[in-house]
Amino acid sequence: MNPAIELRDVVVFAGGFPLLSGVTLTVEPGEVIHLAGANGAGKTSLLRTLAGLAPIRSGVARVLGFDLNLERQSVRQEIGFIAHETLLYEDLDARENLRFFLRNIDDATEVSARAMQRVGLLGRLAQTPIGQLSTGQRRRAALALLVARAPGLLLLDEPHAGLDAEGRALLDGLVREFAAAGATVLISSHEEGYVTPLIDRIVTMAGGCVVPSASLGFLGGTDAS
Amino acid sequence: MEKFHYSRADKVQRLLGLGAIASLAATVWLGLVTTPPDEFMGNLVRLIYIHPPLAWDAFIAYGMNFLASLAYLWPRTRDLRWDQLAGATAEVGVLFTGLLLVTGSLWGRPAWGTWWTWDPLLTTTALLFVLYLGYLALRRVPDDRELRARRSAIAALVAFVDVPVVYFAVLWWKSLHQAPTVLNPTTNKTYIHGSMAWTLLLGFIAFTLTYAWMVMIRYRIGAGEERTHEDEVNASLLARQGEGR
Amino acid sequence: MLRDALAVARKDLKIEWATRVTALQVVPFAVVVLLLFGFALGPDPQRLEPAAPGAFWLAVLLAAVLGITRAMSIESSAGAIDGLRLAGFDSAGVFLGKLLALGGELVFLEFILSVVTAIVFGVSLAGYLWLVSATIYATLGIVAVGLLYGALLVSSRVRETLLPLLFFPVIAPVLIAGTKVWQAALSHHPSGASSWLEMLVVFGVIYLAIGTVAFGPLLEDA
Repeated sequence: MNPAIELRDVVVFAGGFPLLSGVTLTVEPGEVIHLAGANGAGKTSLLRTLAGLAPIRSGVARVLGFDLNLERQSVRQEIGFIAHETLLYEDLDARENLRFFLRNIDDATEVSARAMQRVGLLGRLAQTPIGQLSTGQRRRAALALLVARAPGLLLLDEPHAGLDAEGRALLDGLVREFAAAGATVLISSHEEGYVTPLIDRIVTMAGGCVVPSASLGFLGGTDAS
Repeated sequence: MEKFHYSRADKVQRLLGLGAIASLAATVWLGLVTTPPDEFMGNLVRLIYIHPPLAWDAFIAYGMNFLASLAYLWPRTRDLRWDQLAGATAEVGVLFTGLLLVTGSLWGRPAWGTWWTWDPLLTTTALLFVLYLGYLALRRVPDDRELRARRSAIAALVAFVDVPVVYFAVLWWKSLHQAPTVLNPTTNKTYIHGSMAWTLLLGFIAFTLTYAWMVMIRYRIGAGEERTHEDEVNASLLARQGEGR
Repeated sequence: MLRDALAVARKDLKIEWATRVTALQVVPFAVVVLLLFGFALGPDPQRLEPAAPGAFWLAVLLAAVLGITRAMSIESSAGAIDGLRLAGFDSAGVFLGKLLALGGELVFLEFILSVVTAIVFGVSLAGYLWLVSATIYATLGIVAVGLLYGALLVSSRVRETLLPLLFFPVIAPVLIAGTKVWQAALSHHPSGASSWLEMLVVFGVIYLAIGTVAFGPLLEDA
């Protein structure tokens, strides 16, 4: 089986600054990976690049079989991306947002209702503009879209930040569910304690590169496929 | 000491520069000394040797900007050098448009008794000036190199397409009130003859050479900046990789 | 593409319905501009009446800049634009959808503003067919150019200051032509207005075409 993610010497720039300075990384389908590294190491940039949101200056990049140099647009729809921001319209409520972004699904109303139930956005919360929700509730709204779209590759950027115990349990449950269904998951996080129970291995970044080290973490990529 | 090596571009640039300066000097000499003052306009008529050539320069500058932008947008000819050229020629174009407005105003004050008139050509030129000033401002907004080039090229396209629309709009708008007075071929013809015509022709040549010279210098400065930038980018890439070691 | 356009238009109108930014901020602003024109020109009806069409269109353009900024900030805040990209929206569809929504909001604004103009400047509206068609085509041009420049500047921090500088010179023909049609219609000589109306149509169609093609590449890596 082809790897879910295959990067070789990927360099990404933004306004003259090298966000990624040559990332080489292979991830097998179904792996759950903890992306570790200090602030500014390039974790968010790597996730954005994998999501097809950043142009690649040089290097080879294939994600879910799509060549990011050629068909960046096509890979996007296969990806579930939890970012620092919600990537939703903050003036609309969760229900309206989900219906808008799920425009291609036939039974969008039902799917989004189920998704919102799954993340615990019910009643008044589902009908409050996203911008007026708390951080944790906003994260839930973003997760609801993830649940509804059921993507093959999950890119989670600091998903635990600002979540309470209940929220973390919900998030962990979702990650396990997706992993069990065969999805590949990358979680960038500083909170090792929360992430370690979920993952197969750790990838550490520094200076816009993946630190090449087999001794970090433990190898678990083979049993997941 | 090592002898400085002149590249072919250096030679072309020097030649252009010499030609531009020589022809400009000749235009000044002919325009100020040899040609007679006009019987109605007096010495003011001497503005005619630089005003139309300035307009011509602005015209080719914006035309070149449009073509270079198109060349950049066209996938098969996409090259950041087209973007460089578009920027260089637009800068020179804005400079000449500014001079065009100033000389026009200097002419207008004694000739028509006013610094400014809502004449179609004049008004269009003024709008053109602001339009490309905006374009240059947009070029200065820092961003990813390729994105900036694409953005600038599209803005150039939008601006250039707008020029004829603006011109006709202003022409029709004005013509409801009075006939245009500046470029009236029948009256202009009576003013220009003999040595004046030759001087004007020389003026056109001189300003065209000046335009080419300036654009070439600006383009090469830009290319130099680009190389420096490229070096900086590579250095920053190495530095960034170093963080990870 | 059309489906995406309709979805985006519906979404933008929903946001407007929820926040009422256009209705409660932009429209009153345009009315204030009209009143300021009145103050600048003095209360003399002899001067106010001929100035009414120009004042109307200038107020529309000033308000349009606010509308455009708002329309683009809807997409750039909270990374919604990334959400759009991840959901695979067709970029021409996004352009047309936003065009439809913003155009609708502007027509609403123009309707209210024309009533206010009639009252404040003491003119009686006439030649409705001319007024309405000029307004619709002018709005098409305004919104197409505006969104194009809005997309040009969506990621930049100087959007608010640079947008007017880019927008107003390009939109000048619309101001001229729109004013001319209104003048002709209000003075009951609408025959002189047809070539101006043609200009509005040509302008609108040109920039609609450029915008539909260019919007995607502009938003792509913004």
